[in-house]
Amino acid sequence: MTSQQLPGPGGEQGGEQLPDRAVQAGEERLAEPVARTGMFGALDTGDTSGYGGLRVRRVPVPSTPRPYGSYFDDVADLLADGLQRQGKAFDEAVERVIVERGELTLHVKRDYLISVAGVLRDEPSLAFEMCLGVSGVHYPWETGRELHAVYPLLSITHNRRVRLEVSVPDADPRIPSLVSVYPTCDWHEREAWDFFGIVFDGHPALTRIEMPDDWKGHPQRKDYPLGGIPVEYRGAQVPPPEERRHYE
Amino acid sequence: MTAEAEGRVYTVGGQDWDEVVAAADEAGDRPGTERLVVNMGPQHPSTHGVLRLILTLDGETVTELRPVIGYLHTGIEKNMEFRTWTQGVTFCTRMDYLAPIFNETAYCLAVERLLGIEQDVSPRANVLRVLMMELNRISSHLTAIGTFGLELGATTVFLYGMREREKVLDLFELMTGLRMNHGYIRPGGVSQDLPPGALERLREFLGVMPPLLGELRALLDANPLYIGRTRNIAYLDLAGCVELGVTGPILRATGLPWDLRKSQPYCGYESYEFGVPTEDSSDAYGRYLVRMAEMDESLKIIEQCVDRLASKRSPDDPVMVADRKIGWPARLAVGADGLGNSPAHIAHIMGQSMEALIHHFKLVTEGFSVPPGQVYAAVESPRGELGCHAVSDGGTRPYRAHFRDPSFTHLQALPAMAEGGMVADVIVAVASIDPVLGGVDR
Repeated sequence: MTSQQLPGPGGEQGGEQLPDRAVQAGEERLAEPVARTGMFGALDTGDTSGYGGLRVRRVPVPSTPRPYGSYFDDVADLLADGLQRQGKAFDEAVERVIVERGELTLHVKRDYLISVAGVLRDEPSLAFEMCLGVSGVHYPWETGRELHAVYPLLSITHNRRVRLEVSVPDADPRIPSLVSVYPTCDWHEREAWDFFGIVFDGHPALTRIEMPDDWKGHPQRKDYPLGGIPVEYRGAQVPPPEERRHYE
Repeated sequence: MTAEAEGRVYTVGGQDWDEVVAAADEAGDRPGTERLVVNMGPQHPSTHGVLRLILTLDGETVTELRPVIGYLHTGIEKNMEFRTWTQGVTFCTRMDYLAPIFNETAYCLAVERLLGIEQDVSPRANVLRVLMMELNRISSHLTAIGTFGLELGATTVFLYGMREREKVLDLFELMTGLRMNHGYIRPGGVSQDLPPGALERLREFLGVMPPLLGELRALLDANPLYIGRTRNIAYLDLAGCVELGVTGPILRATGLPWDLRKSQPYCGYESYEFGVPTEDSSDAYGRYLVRMAEMDESLKIIEQCVDRLASKRSPDDPVMVADRKIGWPARLAVGADGLGNSPAHIAHIMGQSMEALIHHFKLVTEGFSVPPGQVYAAVESPRGELGCHAVSDGGTRPYRAHFRDPSFTHLQALPAMAEGGMVADVIVAVASIDPVLGGVDR
């Protein structure tokens, strides 16, 4: 390849945009929290590789610019129209649109979740009739948006999929319940409450579903260890694995 | 709870109903109504595992039904976050233990999409995946129908179902080394190619299965007792299914031909010829007919798989992606003491190449890194849409792996199917959902 074909900073293609985008991407990267330092996990002078000062930052979450490709532009436009008719703005309801690996994710603000889901379900040209549950994810380093709830939606009519994602702070983990729009979310929301401690406002009976009713804590959060618990029998107790006696 | 709040408690041990009723009459507990709260399970032969149902009965009529789950919760999703991406297969295969191959495939499709290697999976690996999935569909449906019969008192159906399932399990044992929890499908392909003699055994299987399925049909299809117990029982129509997220045979029994193998094909399903059986009765009998017809379609797919596998010799077409940074380094071979690492591979890494040894060691202990992001991959399991939501933070372990198990979702629909019906029909409703509690509780 000759240098003429390379779209350099002074080249014809995007000559004005490119530096800005690069600077912006670099700034976004530097703003991310550090995920790991050093190369081999050594904290003292044992690391002589010269990589001791390495700081690996988390990958910034990109926002996909338009056009999104595939049917995703359609979905976004129709959703914007539907919200408009309810007197709501798309940009206000949807924080961020991410198209990645052929899948569309709409990051929805929690206050707008029910209206967004309602439009997605009821608009005939969208017709996402089915919700495939709620999957909680805990990102402890994302200050102010630690807990995420992910809703995969499916349209049987149009054979399409879209994913809604809502993030809430750990200090106020409340998300409006989608049971009124998708009754199938009942047990799935109970599961997300059980494992992540996300409170679904308006759920008919938000109780634990997998863990015992008197369980302390929410086991699938990242700050909950994968520790053993004592095995309880009637009248006897076997300590958790790490506390049992062992032979050397 | 205090005794006043709970009311008088009667312990029913079986065959003592008259005594219980007499005792209740004596205590004045039956003021004209026969409302009873009955606890069914969690240990009950008809509940497909440890499922607990709390029934409120008015006479023989169920007025309220509350399923209680969680008795088989094993923390598989949490455990997977502490193992490498490849080791995740070993965990998730144990969720829905009657359909292990589907759990593995959903997970591996998710990992492959995260890695961006979906297109690099070799055609032979895809054929083997389809072959295993369809065999597994047959074994799962046979268990569903067999236990369905047993729960209605037809032990022959159960024995026939288990006998036929055994044939599938024998094939699994030959091809993967294990009868259940195979760990056969791996990110990037499958663990090993067909062993010698497998194609002949598969053809033999294809020859004997149709008449055996015919025997099952002869027992049940027109059996007046069976029809009496299942027709118009556990009714759930299309709108109810969609609202409650119900997929699979239950949805297809309402007349909607929704099958992910057709609508959103994966593993090359678009290149096979098969039909999507439907019924329009929306009841337990329709679900049974759908399952029977699906086994016939699965046999068709297996036949096409066998033809494709026979047409090409395996060395030409690997079963694992070519990328050595992802493909598990071990090459398996049958030794004197059974299946294990191939001696040639051991000789290579231990005696010839330091780099190969380092590579093997790093990949096996540390695993491969997966670019950050999230995906949702779904397959059509015997019970419905089995989805895997996998999140990576760029590391060598899943940051989060969540499974949308159809059994979990479908049990929610049980009150809609059984409330207002007779208590005996609750059993039929549970059996027609075909829940596997290992998948429900994960």
